[in-house]
Amino acid sequence: MLKILKYSFYDLIRSRWSYVYFLFYLILGFVLLFLNNDVSKAVITLMNIIIVLVPLIGTIFGIMYYYNSKEFTELLLAQPIKRSSIFLGQYLGVAGSLTMSLVLGLGIPFVLYGLFKSDAIFDFSLLLVTGAFLTMIFTALSFNIAISNENKIKGFGYAVLLWLFMAVIYDGLFLMSLIIFKEYPLDTFSLAATMFNPIDLSRTLILLKLDISALLGYTGAVFKQFFGTDQGLIISLLMLILWTVFPIWRLSYKSKRQDF
Amino acid sequence: MIQIENLHKKFGKNEVLLGLDLNIEKDGIFAVLGPNGSGKTTLIKSILGMVIPNQGTILMDGIAIKKNWKYRQQIDYLPQIANFPGNLKVKELIRMIKDLRQMPSEEERLIALFKLEPFLDKKLSTLSGGTKQKVNIVLAFMFDCPLLILDEPTTGLDPASLIHLKELIQNEKKNGKTILITSHIMQFVAEVADTIVYLLEGKIYFKGSIDELMTKTQQTNLEHAIAAIATTHDNA
Repeated sequence: MLKILKYSFYDLIRSRWSYVYFLFYLILGFVLLFLNNDVSKAVITLMNIIIVLVPLIGTIFGIMYYYNSKEFTELLLAQPIKRSSIFLGQYLGVAGSLTMSLVLGLGIPFVLYGLFKSDAIFDFSLLLVTGAFLTMIFTALSFNIAISNENKIKGFGYAVLLWLFMAVIYDGLFLMSLIIFKEYPLDTFSLAATMFNPIDLSRTLILLKLDISALLGYTGAVFKQFFGTDQGLIISLLMLILWTVFPIWRLSYKSKRQDF
Repeated sequence: MIQIENLHKKFGKNEVLLGLDLNIEKDGIFAVLGPNGSGKTTLIKSILGMVIPNQGTILMDGIAIKKNWKYRQQIDYLPQIANFPGNLKVKELIRMIKDLRQMPSEEERLIALFKLEPFLDKKLSTLSGGTKQKVNIVLAFMFDCPLLILDEPTTGLDPASLIHLKELIQNEKKNGKTILITSHIMQFVAEVADTIVYLLEGKIYFKGSIDELMTKTQQTNLEHAIAAIATTHDNA
């Protein structure tokens, strides 16, 4: 598996898109720090971008890489290599290079600005950790879509829909259900609903770690009680790990039963 | 070497293999023939584990290949359509496959034989169909494996390369290897094959030497004999 990972990773590192993605974050980091002149504020702005952009890039990159490397995959399938190693290796190559672009692209400007002397270091690391998780989750989900759909157009469509659903539609449905059922106690429901969408989960997690949860009113208090504690943090991270592991498991399961 | 029992495979509603039994016990060159869509490639891909059968067993040297991948160390495979990752150079591709297989290889001799030196630094996406097929052949022949599977090896080759290919195949046979070939070029089959395996409607319709096939169909020419099988079956 490590060899496949190595080849996929190098293949991506050599491609122009990895650089574009890395430079984008690098420039974004510098610009935000320059404009805000404050690490904490830059983290909040960054969060809004990362929460939406990282899943989108993970989805699109994942699905494109899978379809583009079809020939490579077929070549490997005839070699003495375990099937799950081929797919997991490719997946980790994509997710790894995207995560690296993200962490280095944002890390460099913040470190240069004096992150280590600032007290926002914990918030910033949390931002990077959730960003990495979102990359892993959405790349894995897109690989799952790709392996189940031979038709590229269909696969691409489903992947974009998935992102749209998680990033936009889910919130809409969530909000609507809150309005419709406003007569009932909704604390547990909203907590659970947040858990079932990795994007919402990451957003809430970061928002509540930053000290702006007072703006969120009563619901904020309930959320703060949950997410603000160490226990809440651990449960949320576990949930993110689950969100990562499940699609990876399905990818490996599905790959063993697929015809090529 | 390979034992296949009651192999079934369908793609959606299209049943390709219907209880195929095949036993390849000794060394030599086996030509797998059959009309388009008779399941030749599906059979080969099943042996390679790329297609997973719905039913039936495939044994390689007595060991079931299901959920096994190590047996592929014994197989060299030349795919029908030479699809390679386009952004790699020929040299890089060869190095990568060597790295993945970790076996002694003799690619230099083959590269020289097919005069591929000028293309080593070119990207695979820029190569012509015939040149790609030569690279394909180099990759399939550079390792020393007891089983060699060639799916349409003659596609796109010029006459000189075709002669080299035939020599290579005969050499491998002399080295005691088992070789499975599919081809639609009957002249090529008549020249190289020892045994004909004829697939029809998902089953083995005939297995035997070329002479036996001629006697059975009362023809003097392999091409006509093969065509005769198909027509007699249609009439029956």
